[in-house]
Amino acid sequence: MTNPLYDQLQVYLFMAAFLLAAGIYGLVRRRTLIGMLIAGELIFAAASLNLMAFSRFTVKDPAVGQIFVLFIMGLAAAEVAIALSVMLAVYRNYRSVTTKELTDLKG
Amino acid sequence: MKDLFNTTLILNAIFVFSLGTTLAGALIAVLSTRLIRGVTGLAICCLGLSGQYYFLHSPFLALMEILIYIGAVCVTIVFAVMLVEPDEPANEEKRTPALEWGGAMLALTAGLFWALSRLVLGAGWTEPEAALKGSGAISAIGIHLLTTYSLAFELISLALLVAIIGALAIARSGRTKP
Repeated sequence: MTNPLYDQLQVYLFMAAFLLAAGIYGLVRRRTLIGMLIAGELIFAAASLNLMAFSRFTVKDPAVGQIFVLFIMGLAAAEVAIALSVMLAVYRNYRSVTTKELTDLKG
Repeated sequence: MKDLFNTTLILNAIFVFSLGTTLAGALIAVLSTRLIRGVTGLAICCLGLSGQYYFLHSPFLALMEILIYIGAVCVTIVFAVMLVEPDEPANEEKRTPALEWGGAMLALTAGLFWALSRLVLGAGWTEPEAALKGSGAISAIGIHLLTTYSLAFELISLALLVAIIGALAIARSGRTKP
């Protein structure tokens, strides 16, 4: 008898791969800094899900993965705070967060 | 046996629902044109992810996902959307190169997903001996955080402190200028 769907490592890894692909696509496609930040958060989520799935299914001590993902969440929060303050500073100088307009040189 | 089957069915349904929530949220976050909808998509995606964490035997992380990602990260991004211009600009550049780049990226990311899926299916994942598995309960996490990982824990708190001070300093500069 095979495991039910929620008890298979592959399902979680597929989900994480999809989140990574979506995040990279959004990172390239988005035209504003905030949109790129959102896509970056998706990539963070993919990494966390991968670590958590491996820690549940293939690691001896299941607490380690949870602690690692907790650290990732804390760092992601710090990163968002820094990135948004940088965006505010950029917006004050350029009156825009569109990546196309954030240029001083010609071209 | 009949009862067990029913329980599994219900759990599977809930799990598929959380998977679908994550998928839909990620697609909304990436594909929507208005930024505020993208933030909402990220929140929906995190809600689905917290369901998956619950299925991965970690209700603590499920709660933390909601608390940190939806409660802190998404709300902060919403503040940023309110402070700067909310919408992506209209597509004023030429259509064809943008479409070509978008198609190329779509193909590239689809290829990435396909390759990773092949990798996942091809690899033989081994489970460790069940006797070696500790408990992943919240008390075990707390003990680990205060003993084995205490240095990393302190460093994270230091990084958060630096991030808060740095964010204040960066966002404050240039405020007095006209």
